[in-house]
Amino acid sequence: MSAPTVVQLIPRESWTDPRAAALASKAREHLSLHTGKIRIIPIFVLLPQLPLELVRSFASEALRDRLLHRVLVGEPYTDPAFRSFILLARHPGVTDDVGTTAQKTLRDYLDRELGGRAQLVFSQTVFLLENPLPKRDLRRIAHQLLGNPLIHHFEYGPFRTLVHFDPSVGLPPPASTRSVDIDIPDSSLLELSRRMVLSLDLAELHAIQAHFRDPAVRRKRRRLGLPPSPTDCELEVLGQTWSEHCKHKEFNAVISYRDLDTGQELTVDSLFRTYIRGATEKIRDKLRQHGNDWLVKIFSDNAGVVRIDRDRLFVWKVETHNTPSALDPYGGAITGILGNNRDPLGTGVGGGRLLFNTNVLCFASPYYDGPLQPGQLHPERVFQGVRHGIEDGGNKSGVPTVNGAIVFDDRYAGKPLVYCGTGSIMPATYDGLPSWEKNISPGDRILMAGGRVGKDGIHGATFSSTDLDEHSPRTAVQIGSPITQKLLSDFLEEACNQGLVKCSTDNGAGGLSSSVGELAPISGGARVHLERVPLKYPGLAPWEIFVSEAQERMTLVVEPTRLDQLMSLARHMEVEVTDIGSFTDNGELRVYHGSSIVASLDLHFLHEGLPRKHMEAHWQAPRLREPVIPQPLDHGKTLLRLLSSLDICSREPVIRQYDHEVKGKTVIKPLMGPRGHAPQDAAVMLLSLPGQPSCTPGSGPYDGIAISNGIIPRYGDLDPYHMSAGAFDEAIRQIISVGGSLPDPARAGNRFWTVNDNFCLPDSAHHPRHNPDGRLKLGRLVRMAMALYDMSVFFGIPMTSGKDSMKNDFRVGEVKVSIPPTVLYSAVARIPDVRLTVTSQFKAPGDIICLLGDTWPELGGSELFRLWGETGATVPRVRMEAARDLYLAMGHIHQRQLLESSHDLSDGGLAVALAECCMGADLGASLDLSRADLANLELHQLLYSESHSRFLVSLRPPNLPALQAILPGRCHVLGQVSARPSLHIRWQGRTVLDLSVGTMLHNWSTGLEAPPPHEEPA
Amino acid sequence: MSPPRALVLAGFGINCQEETAAAWNMAGAQARVVHMNDLLQGHVSLRDFQVFTLPGGFSFGDDLGSGKVLANKFRFQRMPSGGTLESELRFHVERGGYVLGICNGFQALVKMGLLPGLEPGGQQATLTHNLSGRFEDRWVHCKVDPATHSPFLRGLDMLHLPVRHAEGRLLLRDESTRRAVLEQHLCCMEYCDAGGVSTRTYPANPNGSQLNCAALCDPSGRILGMMPHPEAFLSLYNHPDWPSLKRANPHISQDGQGLVIFRNLVANLEGSTRRPPRSSQH
Repeated sequence: MSAPTVVQLIPRESWTDPRAAALASKAREHLSLHTGKIRIIPIFVLLPQLPLELVRSFASEALRDRLLHRVLVGEPYTDPAFRSFILLARHPGVTDDVGTTAQKTLRDYLDRELGGRAQLVFSQTVFLLENPLPKRDLRRIAHQLLGNPLIHHFEYGPFRTLVHFDPSVGLPPPASTRSVDIDIPDSSLLELSRRMVLSLDLAELHAIQAHFRDPAVRRKRRRLGLPPSPTDCELEVLGQTWSEHCKHKEFNAVISYRDLDTGQELTVDSLFRTYIRGATEKIRDKLRQHGNDWLVKIFSDNAGVVRIDRDRLFVWKVETHNTPSALDPYGGAITGILGNNRDPLGTGVGGGRLLFNTNVLCFASPYYDGPLQPGQLHPERVFQGVRHGIEDGGNKSGVPTVNGAIVFDDRYAGKPLVYCGTGSIMPATYDGLPSWEKNISPGDRILMAGGRVGKDGIHGATFSSTDLDEHSPRTAVQIGSPITQKLLSDFLEEACNQGLVKCSTDNGAGGLSSSVGELAPISGGARVHLERVPLKYPGLAPWEIFVSEAQERMTLVVEPTRLDQLMSLARHMEVEVTDIGSFTDNGELRVYHGSSIVASLDLHFLHEGLPRKHMEAHWQAPRLREPVIPQPLDHGKTLLRLLSSLDICSREPVIRQYDHEVKGKTVIKPLMGPRGHAPQDAAVMLLSLPGQPSCTPGSGPYDGIAISNGIIPRYGDLDPYHMSAGAFDEAIRQIISVGGSLPDPARAGNRFWTVNDNFCLPDSAHHPRHNPDGRLKLGRLVRMAMALYDMSVFFGIPMTSGKDSMKNDFRVGEVKVSIPPTVLYSAVARIPDVRLTVTSQFKAPGDIICLLGDTWPELGGSELFRLWGETGATVPRVRMEAARDLYLAMGHIHQRQLLESSHDLSDGGLAVALAECCMGADLGASLDLSRADLANLELHQLLYSESHSRFLVSLRPPNLPALQAILPGRCHVLGQVSARPSLHIRWQGRTVLDLSVGTMLHNWSTGLEAPPPHEEPA
Repeated sequence: MSPPRALVLAGFGINCQEETAAAWNMAGAQARVVHMNDLLQGHVSLRDFQVFTLPGGFSFGDDLGSGKVLANKFRFQRMPSGGTLESELRFHVERGGYVLGICNGFQALVKMGLLPGLEPGGQQATLTHNLSGRFEDRWVHCKVDPATHSPFLRGLDMLHLPVRHAEGRLLLRDESTRRAVLEQHLCCMEYCDAGGVSTRTYPANPNGSQLNCAALCDPSGRILGMMPHPEAFLSLYNHPDWPSLKRANPHISQDGQGLVIFRNLVANLEGSTRRPPRSSQH
């Protein structure tokens, strides 16, 4: 093959690329390397043989920006001002959106097809550096600032003339399907499972062995021409389907739980059924008794479904994407978001319109300066990569990121947690039929829509079910393509609205094997022809095609009579859709490649043959004591330290980079106030666009929803039960704070609440050598789930969907870093009139400031103790009855519009809440805390205790009597909002804190802004 | 009289078509969201509309620079008629039609050479990476050039709107372009501080644009491109400080200020052209 043509876009001298300057300063700050001036040169490598003149004019007209670049085609570029270079390309086969788009524009420019859909144009970037840096330093810049060796190909050295990298994929011809002998000793079986990344344990392998030994199975296989032993494809399908990721084996295990302190013993027959679904079913029964039917679909589809009104449903899901984000933070986060977007898109029939994203992230400190293991990325890099992935994943899809949280704890160096949530609105019916149901009949076609299949993302599901080590395979890493998915989601919405789709599902973990495998039981079987599946490049074995998790794909079920119409819509909207098989009713998942059969699995065995896990858990309260902290505290200094601490400081530098208002429906954005500094408790969104007449019975034009997240892993070190209950309370109280009201099953109307639970745990399966404290870890999980049940049932707030991620550890040799047990509760509740919602910041001088709710001396796990590296002993507890009374009262208070502001108390307690309410408004506050009826507390307890279920509110003075009448004894008047911009607090006759808003703002807003130098091991 | 018809372009990563269509409808026009391929394949004709709107978004992922591939599509893809969408668009303006490009739409108009529109072909300006190097979503104050002849901006003095972009820094080709833009009042909106003073200071000027420029119109005034998003401020409740605005003025309008731009054009169309646009020959 002849040499490709290389197009170079040389920046003009007159323009300074801000990205080049930013890179130079990053190299200086992070790596102490002085690059001198940097020049960034985009290059395009074109495989089609075209006349040079034609390429030149194409590049001049269509690739470059005339004001910024000049074009060089096929001639060497030199510049003596630059002494070093770094070439950044992608490994063959890695998603290259820029190259693909350039190819499409070349097609438009030439007005002809370029031959098939194979990638023929590739994008790469050359960085020229003024200073002659040694290769070692160039490598550090390349690997630590520019790309990821799992994704990117680098070249670097002294600069003479521009180089490029030939990116064509050269794979040997694929291996054909082979059978795998599993009649082997146990040790070899386990070795086989490890080698094939099946992640199956011995009991599961034995179940497979037994199945294939079954004479009836053998007879059937003989008839089909299959070998007696399973094929590689069949084992892979079983590995995917039986993975922890897909089957939640530990949440479904039989657990023997023992409380070592009380001696109490308990057998939990599935945490999921007992506590999670158990709670929701109890609530559903109660709702139904009162004739309420807003709880439409729970735990049985890609996302949970609740009813907005007669014509609309709210569909939503929160998931994690931890392991991929640990390997490649950018790619992991972007595929996490896009993948999670496909869950509501592929619920029921599918085709809902995405409304919002929410993201909660847990990282080690970006200031971490301890040792890193080979293969482990520095937390700052993980943080920035994930942030960038969320930016691109949300912004480029046109989905606003409306709410979120970032939690820091150095144990998340073991694995970062990346929670991605997405809400959508789906029509309640298509063609008069319920949209939330999945119906399939034998004969319906199986269609794959969206991206093509490559080696990327093979073994994602099984891989996420193991812990990370330095040999983690690169095929598990993927890069997302928001534009591919945007086209796919636009198409799906249109196709569903036209009634062309019978149902749809996401191709996520396990790829086609999971999506088809999970749909097949609906009709009773399926038959797939892998040779029809469009590939990114040749060279994939049949099993690889079937389990690849290549992104941006969905599986559609279409009636044969609608096929032509669907295909023509797909062509029109430029989405690749392929008919890859059909549904059957023969009880089997059958897979063909050409004329040969590569898998035939009994559906009952596939889905029900998995043996139950039996696990042991115990709990023993840790021995804790209250620390001695220096007294008297300098409260001014303490508050400033708290404001600049990682968990509390402003998230504005991150939030500003997310589009939080595209779609025009965001009413309470993550940052509000006159200068946009004020952090908010929950997001509030309209359900219809302004000015759109609401023609649906049951909704008005100002109907909305509130969205919140509760997560407090710090408390788990004291008691995981109270940590979990507290996180649930946090999610509720944030929505109550902005104007939500608790559900009332006796009341008609679709005032829904819906919660997604997301558990992330370290490996909790006991192993005498590898995981000696596994029982305690599992005990913590049991306690977290018990709290979920208690809170959910007590408040009548159901889970509608959820997820668990069970192996969040990083292991190298004997070193193991495990995350703290973590649970996130993400809540959405209906808001009847968004105009009555309340924001957190103070509004006007003279307003009265009150603390609502009860403060207890609960400093265990507090941010205050954390300043001294202490944990303490007294964990904040949720007092459910008192919380419910307060939340019900808040409902009345909001209805009567008594409040000007409301902010829930959490990290850092009252002191931090006061500071935030002032900073967000550029107003001050003058308070005398001894006036409040809180004499049982010491000052530091009152200021920093993190007791749950409390609100800091402000109101116009005439409204105070009404507020006090609603909340006798629980409304503590603290002082007034002042025009003088400072926070001034008096206690027992003297000033104990007096800080200017400017000083507080400075400390609070710079906490995340100065990343330290860091270095990763080679 | 039937309301003015506004085409809102959609597809291929354009994101803001719903709220942009809502804006036109609220303003009294009749909006139709049209997939770009329906235009390119001739299923829908631009000639049936008085206004053509290119909404915000990330068309084609902005993979070759913001708005670039969208501009390429307009310039290069052949329609069944043999022409291009760019020629249709120029014809649309010649026959008295209006064009509004917001954010990504503005970027595409600049890269097509339609803005500032000082010469018939060729790019005279660009919108490139913000000096901050970041995508940012933040509300900014803009001051409207009192001498502008853009009917979209009639009677407006100051606007408060969100910007949501990574590539909003306007650069002009050369000194003569700059002079012409100033002389003909084509830089019709400038980033300013809360007091209305035009500013180069970040973040009031979010991207470091030359002339602090937030919006350009062409010499005819019929084409307007702006980086801030007027369709993101249709309701008072879109504003980041709405509770305080409401408290300060309990009788404040429930409409957002961004709506004025759409209403202005509808008023202009209803007032000046009470007959359908001329359907002249090419």
